[in-house]
Amino acid sequence: MRASRAEHALSYLILLVACAFALYPLGLIIVTGLRPDAVGAGGGFDFGNFADAWDQGHFGRYLQNSVIVSVAVVVVSAAVSSLAGYAFGTMRFRGSSVLFYLLLLGMMVPSEAIVIPLYFDLESIGLTNTYAALILPQIAQSLAFGTFWMRAYFRSTSREVVEAARMDGAGHLRVFWSILLPMGRPALMTMVLLVFMWTWNEFLLPLVMLPNAEDLRTAPLGLSNFQGQHTSGTALLAAGAVLVALPVVVVYLITQRHFIRGMIEGAVKG
Amino acid sequence: MASRVTEATQIAPAPARPVTARRRQGPPGEPRRVAYLYVLPAFLFFAGFMAWPLIHGIWLSFYEWDGLSVGTWVGLDNYQSVLTDPELREPFLHSLILLIFFSAIPIVLGLALAGIMMRARLRGMAFFRTVLFLPQVIAMVVVAIAWSHIYEPDGPLNEGLRALGLDSLTQVWLGDPSWALISVGIVGSWVGTGLCLVLFLAGLSKVPRELYESARLDGAGAVREFLNVGLPQLRGEVAVAMTLTMIAALRTFDLVYVMTPNGGPSRSTAVPSYEVYKRAFIDGEVGTAVTVALILTAIILIITIAITRLSERAEA
Repeated sequence: MRASRAEHALSYLILLVACAFALYPLGLIIVTGLRPDAVGAGGGFDFGNFADAWDQGHFGRYLQNSVIVSVAVVVVSAAVSSLAGYAFGTMRFRGSSVLFYLLLLGMMVPSEAIVIPLYFDLESIGLTNTYAALILPQIAQSLAFGTFWMRAYFRSTSREVVEAARMDGAGHLRVFWSILLPMGRPALMTMVLLVFMWTWNEFLLPLVMLPNAEDLRTAPLGLSNFQGQHTSGTALLAAGAVLVALPVVVVYLITQRHFIRGMIEGAVKG
Repeated sequence: MASRVTEATQIAPAPARPVTARRRQGPPGEPRRVAYLYVLPAFLFFAGFMAWPLIHGIWLSFYEWDGLSVGTWVGLDNYQSVLTDPELREPFLHSLILLIFFSAIPIVLGLALAGIMMRARLRGMAFFRTVLFLPQVIAMVVVAIAWSHIYEPDGPLNEGLRALGLDSLTQVWLGDPSWALISVGIVGSWVGTGLCLVLFLAGLSKVPRELYESARLDGAGAVREFLNVGLPQLRGEVAVAMTLTMIAALRTFDLVYVMTPNGGPSRSTAVPSYEVYKRAFIDGEVGTAVTVALILTAIILIITIAITRLSERAEA
């Protein structure tokens, strides 16, 4: 350890300033949300804004919508991409690389490119202003990534284990469901966390797909609309913002190893 | 910041075990029809909600259509107007400015912070990493609301400047055409730095300790040590960071939409994604909107491929 003491102190100082900078905007909305809105209500903290945001601001409803959409997207895309990843990772079949590259290409197409035609497609079959308009496209976007991710896991699994199971008479479905998938829980977990975060935070898709369905708004969309309508009521807005961010932040803090490791592990592979 | 669409190409879990030659033979690797059944559900979703809309979008880009009545075939007119109409060109120029804030600044800051953290080998690395990465996981709408509050005319930023006696520097940050885009850009730097830092820390941790030790024995200072030893090892990570942050800059929508409604003062924060949304769903110019979106997509694909190619060549 050659770094001098002064250098050490300076390093800490720089990092602390960076952390303060990272945390300040977040701390600010938390404090603003906790501040009593009414003039003369005195100092101290007040959770009343959160209760008001939940009821009057309809954030309870928005969060519920976000939970429904996120859970549906996560569950279906995890299932579908595990199945596809299993085939791409462990089986050889005609056209597998063409199909896989097609999927890769799909991952690079930003949602901006498809959201307009998708809106008119779904409108023509009466699916706009429904949960389905939020869930189905996001499954498609997530499973491109998920298949890519799960394929990498299945490719890395040990042949010996699979062969031993086959000797015992296990079919491809048994090998998938009883052996490889349980072993792949960490990979699956990382994928689920990332897809959950992306779905929860998605803004453009709900904005486009729900032109007349106020009661289906997801949390970020509800928040944006609330901001547009109430020029006053900063405390209520801040409380709403905290409620919208909180679920992902809590999940991140609990599972940050998975989160960050998902980004780190072979981040340069693509 | 970067959504599932962009990050996906960059992330892959490391193989748990080296792939042995044996996987080429034997079950369950033999050619199998049942594989098609496994990939079928994925491709049904993919075909219906990715491939078809994309094709439909390309088709729509040859029409002038308001979304309601019957469209008129206009050939390549929409593409031509994106190249010639200043009102359609401007958003792309704004993106170029955002690239500095979303990409260049976070990469430089990320490198500096990663260098500091690696050299000093401080305690509490995990804590710093968790905190600095936090902005990445917050919904952009929430980020936009927090920063809008900071930028308010009587908000914390201007109050702080006044407290320091720098009254002359106070601005109506989001209401002034010459400041609005920069103000949004700073938020992009705030979001992107953590991502870059985490990528670079991972890259630096792979650098053998001995390389640093020998540089120190040669009497290299902190900065030289990092530039000579650490930085050359980070080429791959810098390429990934560039791809992710540049795509994030080009695709920015949530921040701009919430912080500066209606394209900002004098349309100074109109960016391509905003133009796509506005033209399609407010102005009823679906053909133009789709064309802007497709050109944006093409730019993103070109950048992704170019950076990947360049970094591979540099490493070879």
